[in-house]
Amino acid sequence: MKLIHLNGKPIELPGTISCVQDLLQLYELEKRIVVVEVNKEIIFKEQYREQTLSDRDTVEIVHFVGGG
Amino acid sequence: MLKIAHHTFQSKLLLGTGKFPSFEVQKQAVEVSGTEILTFAIRRMNIFEASQPNFLEQLDLTKYKLLPNTAGAKTAEEAVRIAKLAKASGLCDMIKVEVIGCDKSLLPDPVETLKASEMLLAEGFIVLPYTSDDVVLAKRLEQLGVHAIMPGASPIGSGKGLVNPLNLQFIIEQSSVPVIVDAGIGSPKDAAYAMELGADGVLLNTAVSGAKYPVKMALAMKLAIEAGHLGYEAGRITKKNYAEASSPTTGMVTS
Repeated sequence: MKLIHLNGKPIELPGTISCVQDLLQLYELEKRIVVVEVNKEIIFKEQYREQTLSDRDTVEIVHFVGGG
Repeated sequence: MLKIAHHTFQSKLLLGTGKFPSFEVQKQAVEVSGTEILTFAIRRMNIFEASQPNFLEQLDLTKYKLLPNTAGAKTAEEAVRIAKLAKASGLCDMIKVEVIGCDKSLLPDPVETLKASEMLLAEGFIVLPYTSDDVVLAKRLEQLGVHAIMPGASPIGSGKGLVNPLNLQFIIEQSSVPVIVDAGIGSPKDAAYAMELGADGVLLNTAVSGAKYPVKMALAMKLAIEAGHLGYEAGRITKKNYAEASSPTTGMVTS
């Protein structure tokens, strides 16, 4: 288990989740239009597999919502 | 035609995507408005309800250019962070700089807006700052190299229309980049007025999404913007204090 901060909430991740790609799959987001930031660094799609997640990482998953 | 950096648009209406009663109404409103530019905000995803539908994901993205905003930012640094997140989607290269400096009026912070615009230009963004109707601030933004200036007509969502048309006119007349009147539009009259002053476009959201019949209002705004622009090009008559007969003053049939 590792503890990350995901969108402002503490989340315990199972040991099987090791990279951003795994995290997106866990929440069924891999086909959605989202942008991921880990510790304030943007992670581009091609980096989803190589970007590993460590204990105490801060992760943001954002998307486009209605706005003016 | 509206030209912003390397983009060209037939429509001069930029439409916001917030607060529509339903996606179905919103889709129809977008369609009839004829808009080619849609604004969006960037927010944390509710990952525990990720299956909820998302308007952007239902759009044919070949038909629209996205103009994400930096709403939520109170500093230049926050605006840059949001802008970079938006661009990382790979779906857009334009950004509406929106750095709010007053929670009640939602008026932009001029200092942070200027700073954010400068930083984003250095990062290669196409920068469209939402500003107050300050003439000198508009000049300073233009000197930085922004790609359009977007002065507010009145506070966001207020529907008060053009509270200072004189300032807007000064900005429009002196700007060499497109001026898009953003925020505060309430009715088609307001949109037409902005265009009659010579604005290059109008950005509105609540005026349509909050209308009793948003689809009908979207069409009304499209027509108002076209009418206002045509009126501007046609050149209106000078205002006079006294009447001037439009019928001949000779050959009267009198006794």
